[in-house]
Amino acid sequence: MTNQLVMYEEELQQINTVCEQLHRDSNGKAVLVIDKNGQPIATAGEVDALDVTSLSSLTAGNVAATGGIASLLAEKEFAGQFHEGEKTNVHISIVAGRVILVVLFDGRSSLGLVRLRVKRASVELARILDDLVRKSQSAAAPSILAEITDDDIENLFND
Amino acid sequence: MSFINYAQREINCKIVYYGPGLCGKTTNLQYIYNKTNPEAKGKMISLATETERTLFFDFLPLSLGEIRGFRTRFHLYTVPGQVFYDASRKLILKGVDGVVFVADSQIERMEANIESFENLRDNLQEQGYSLDKIPYVVQYNKRDLPNAAPITELEEVCNPKRVASFEAVATKGVGVFDTLKAVAKLVLTELKRGG
Repeated sequence: MTNQLVMYEEELQQINTVCEQLHRDSNGKAVLVIDKNGQPIATAGEVDALDVTSLSSLTAGNVAATGGIASLLAEKEFAGQFHEGEKTNVHISIVAGRVILVVLFDGRSSLGLVRLRVKRASVELARILDDLVRKSQSAAAPSILAEITDDDIENLFND
Repeated sequence: MSFINYAQREINCKIVYYGPGLCGKTTNLQYIYNKTNPEAKGKMISLATETERTLFFDFLPLSLGEIRGFRTRFHLYTVPGQVFYDASRKLILKGVDGVVFVADSQIERMEANIESFENLRDNLQEQGYSLDKIPYVVQYNKRDLPNAAPITELEEVCNPKRVASFEAVATKGVGVFDTLKAVAKLVLTELKRGG
């Protein structure tokens, strides 16, 4: 299948490091990296109380809808979004056209600081994603998929 | 677009329930949600209007078990069936790995089924997919209604490729899990072939 997103240990570690750094530098509550189709990839900060799966799906839906508005207005995309709440604010940006970077923050930080730190983190993330795409396209990358047998699939539904 | 996470040992896939308005897409997801063990499911999200019509999508994350030490997770989505929500349907099809086309068996909804099936074909094409390649199954819902059309007639208009099809009464759960299992199997088989 085309356009499959693959994540390896090494790159996930690097993405986690970027998230943790962004969490610290931005004074944010939490940082999430989400695939554009709504799959959560990495998190940092106060995420224990968050429903990360739901948040990821809704954020991706939101970004997709905003992208739809952009194309109706002949814009390539709206690179960022900001939602202001009473206690929590949300900064959403698209990185390298592939993933969504979300920062949740409160009064301990500011939109200006978050924007500044997101910009730096985005450059790092884009580099890691480029490496990831190259690696997943190389023949040397191992694939669990090739090892799956018809029996494995059948067994999944036997209970 | 499936997401293979070697670091967290997960295979993630996206399945979209497509079909005309009021055919029972949301009812399928609600039944699956109600009958699935809490540890195997996440929260079901419905972005609906005040009259409970799907406005953007329904979303249900499901875990189906492990294959070779990898957890298989399926994200189930529905599209809004009403004709004028076409822009939203296109967005939800992005990155899809498998489709369930839910047809409304009522004879009066035959036109709506045809229109929705054509719309699915067009919208998939726009995203670079094709019904010839993407894993999909057909479900004939509302089989318990007195005005349900014969299956042969429905197959004629909704299933030209004669893919696997299932009779269902989604409100009672009849055929719901059979449909889900069939499409999930097709998706994993396609992944295996592609991988």
